[in-house]
Amino acid sequence: MSGVPWLSILVLIPLLGGVLVALLPRGFAKVREVALGVSLLTLVAGVVTALQFQAGGSQQFQLTETYTWIPQFGVSYAVGVDGIALAMILLGVVLVPICLLAAWDDVATGSGRRQHGYFALMLVLEALMIGVFAATDVFLFYVFFEAMLIPVYFLIGSFGGPGRAKAATTFLIYSLFGGLIMLVAVIAVYLQGPGGADGFLVERLTGLEFGTWVERLLFLGFFIAFAIKAPMWPVHTWLPHAASEARPATSVLLVGVLDKVGTFGMIRFCLQLFPDASRWAAPAVMALAVLSILIGAALAIGQRDMMRLIAYTSISHFGFIVLGIFAVTTVSTTGSTLYMVNHGFTTAALFLIAAMFIARRGSRDIMDFGGWQRVTPVIAGSLLVAGLSGLALPGLNSFVSEFMVIIGTYQRYPVYAVVGAFGVILAALYILLWYQKVATGPKPEDYASTPDMTRREKAVVAPLIAAFLFLGFYPKPALDMLEPAVGTTLQYVGVSDPAPSADAAEGSEG
Amino acid sequence: MMFQAPDISYLALLPLLIVFGGGLVGVAVEGFAGRSMRYPVQMPLTVLTLLAALAAVIFVAPNHRGLTAAGAVAVDGPALLLQGLVLALSTIGVLVMSERLGGSAPDAFTHAGVSVPGSAEEALATKVGATTTEVYPLTLFGVGGMMLFPMANDLIVMFIALEILSLPLYVMCGLARRRRLLSQEASLKYFLLGAFSSAFFLFGASFVYGYAGSMRFDEIAASISSEVGMDGLLLPGLLLLATGLLFKVGAVPFHAWVPDVYQGAPTPVTGFMAAVTKVAAFGALLRVFYVAGESARLDWQPVLAGVAAVTMVVGAVMSVGQNDVKRILAYSSIAHAGFILVGFLALDSAGVSGTMFYLAAYGFMTIPAFAIVTLVRSSGSEATQVAQWAGLAKTNPWIAAGFSFLLLAFTGIPLTSGFTGKFAVFSAAIANNGAWLAVVGVLASAVTAYVYFRLIVTMYFGEHTGEAVAVQASSLTTFAVAIGLLVTLGLGVMPSPMLELAQQASQFIR
Repeated sequence: MSGVPWLSILVLIPLLGGVLVALLPRGFAKVREVALGVSLLTLVAGVVTALQFQAGGSQQFQLTETYTWIPQFGVSYAVGVDGIALAMILLGVVLVPICLLAAWDDVATGSGRRQHGYFALMLVLEALMIGVFAATDVFLFYVFFEAMLIPVYFLIGSFGGPGRAKAATTFLIYSLFGGLIMLVAVIAVYLQGPGGADGFLVERLTGLEFGTWVERLLFLGFFIAFAIKAPMWPVHTWLPHAASEARPATSVLLVGVLDKVGTFGMIRFCLQLFPDASRWAAPAVMALAVLSILIGAALAIGQRDMMRLIAYTSISHFGFIVLGIFAVTTVSTTGSTLYMVNHGFTTAALFLIAAMFIARRGSRDIMDFGGWQRVTPVIAGSLLVAGLSGLALPGLNSFVSEFMVIIGTYQRYPVYAVVGAFGVILAALYILLWYQKVATGPKPEDYASTPDMTRREKAVVAPLIAAFLFLGFYPKPALDMLEPAVGTTLQYVGVSDPAPSADAAEGSEG
Repeated sequence: MMFQAPDISYLALLPLLIVFGGGLVGVAVEGFAGRSMRYPVQMPLTVLTLLAALAAVIFVAPNHRGLTAAGAVAVDGPALLLQGLVLALSTIGVLVMSERLGGSAPDAFTHAGVSVPGSAEEALATKVGATTTEVYPLTLFGVGGMMLFPMANDLIVMFIALEILSLPLYVMCGLARRRRLLSQEASLKYFLLGAFSSAFFLFGASFVYGYAGSMRFDEIAASISSEVGMDGLLLPGLLLLATGLLFKVGAVPFHAWVPDVYQGAPTPVTGFMAAVTKVAAFGALLRVFYVAGESARLDWQPVLAGVAAVTMVVGAVMSVGQNDVKRILAYSSIAHAGFILVGFLALDSAGVSGTMFYLAAYGFMTIPAFAIVTLVRSSGSEATQVAQWAGLAKTNPWIAAGFSFLLLAFTGIPLTSGFTGKFAVFSAAIANNGAWLAVVGVLASAVTAYVYFRLIVTMYFGEHTGEAVAVQASSLTTFAVAIGLLVTLGLGVMPSPMLELAQQASQFIR
């Protein structure tokens, strides 16, 4: 236990900030500034927290705090991070201020308390999102996992587009269904474990001996919830609805960070708690992952709605992440965790830049565009950069991770890797065709006087592109943080890398 | 042989005596106090009686545990906890019933219960301002029956308690001020079916008596373990007893009355009935099957497990098509009865404490939920159609937020009492080979989630039609709702004390 409870502070700042924003007086003019301030404060606290973290420490979790919460159920309030969790938390605290800035004009000022509610929900969501990655107690994780649904539900349902009610309900029912199945597994895994007043701690539940089918069923209980969350084909159908009806900033947090809980959960819970069942299920899971890659990409090519297009690209990318996780080699799984970070930035940029086009043209349909690089060259250029990151161009962030996933998977499962690699080609198609239809062609005379990127929008896009370049050229700090954590997990799974495995991670840099 | 008068521990029965005494005084008040004096006397009298009895349950009765009245009444942990629960819930139930909304008499109740709806008699009673406050003594008698029900250790006493609690409820259901025909229909239906189920109970009692030669639970239990050779009588007897009790909790297939009665009865009475009757009836069910029938569990448990599963499924599925808020809550009450049965079937002390915890959680969310239904009005009368609630969040944000929070609790979202309750009963079930019931339970929960969230969608995302608005409640209802919300939150965030209490109180005296 370290002296200062950094992780709890990190949860509390946005939570209390959210409550504060909600309670600001009705006519208060600076709601957005307060919210942004809170999120920046959280960012600072997040960076300070990260500085306390020592990569490659001997314990699985650092910065731990453990307090008894509900001893009758064996539940503790226990938080702590390994490299993967910390990376996800940092991704979250970086993206939230960017999203708040992007959402600046989403809700008009002076419309009662609507603006208060919008920004308060985002901050509360940030708190829960940090909590879900920091939880080292299965029950606590579950609490955050489910509680997170409520702010997202209201963000989509109250502030989204015309089909918002249906989209919000679909999102919620899918997630709740998976979550409730997981609840049974959560209870059962506790009963399989040592029990007692702290029996829900991850460390207590790691390395248990199960009956073969007990373990498989428990694995499935967790996996179904995570597959819906991630989302994987064939339980992905809620995502395009949600992403197209939600506000862009909400979509970013939803797809960029929250859905990572699914892949994060696969590493933290499926692999770590149920290693034998994970190996048993790996071929089937990887087959689904490859299908997600290809189907997501194919559907993205066919989309005319920009937001849905991005949602489908995410399904394809989540396929890569899951593929790398279940290939369980150091390279592929580290690649997947890095991919989780990269995909957060890439998707954020795609959603937010697409939203700039949509706001100017008043349409999400790609066919309504054409020639916009002549009207808004900066926006079009940024879209191209974000798109290239999405198709994993060398030098940009996604390349490193995608390459590592494919290489790492190839070591053990060459067929999956080769088939999955077709996703890279399809990615080039959906990104470049999209860019071509939107940006190239004759100048749209009706919109000739549309303003280019504003100062605020530049402030949104600049940090994202900086992140692309940094993670693309110099992924070492991130990899140093992630790799030991992945190594620990792989030890729990009890697999060693197939030879030759030496320094494959180094070889993939840049 | 001389008749030996049994020893009666009057202090152990003090809470019961206070409530019945208060009821008798209430009858006298009804007869002698002037019209204008009745409400000002009856209301505080009833509340104080309930609070005095609660104090007696907490401070006096626990010092006199044990069997009394020749073993016919048991004063033990479950009995005391459930009595306390009955009294606490009744207190806030009475506060809701007392809501006058600025008039001179409780708003929900008719001025003249005996008159034919729409007759000249009724009009006259309304015109002269007739005040009937008979609902107060009726409530007290009902509460007295409900307190005796879970402590009855003898089939005859249990039957008497069943009748004492039922008869006042039949009358109270028919006292609605508006939609009187519906209310009287509800009353008649409840009476006929209730009488029918009482007959089943009696029939079962006679079978069990034929088997064991005694009405006392401990002697019935003893004869089951000593194999008296009348085995053919035992199972039918127990199942017929169960029929009578399952009718009261509204389990399928004895649920047909629930939606009609819940819809027709005055809404505060519905809330009272849903919450408190369930507590009492589950208390009786626990005692019959844990004390008397435990040794024959292999015979009856599969049957009741089937009942639990069907109850959850039917309650959940039937609620989907409803478009009346009261009927939705009625079907929800059926589904919740199923969830509680899952805990009941665990047949160990975790099952008892889980069941009692769930009863507390459910009671404290149901009374405020129905209280809020009484407040949402359209042209003077309650607007119970779902469509009429559209956009309520815009006109009455606090009401909508409170109701939504209760709906989250009904769904079982973490950090509400509903989640803790579900966790308690499902974990008790999974620990005792009831995993399949827990799976059915979570699937049913997912279905009910759809229903509850549809209501939230209506309130928050629907367009306000201007039809229904919430009226300004007096401090009585506000207080009751606030208490309910606080308990619902408290049992979700900090359930330890209540769980501790329930665990300590989970041992029956045999």
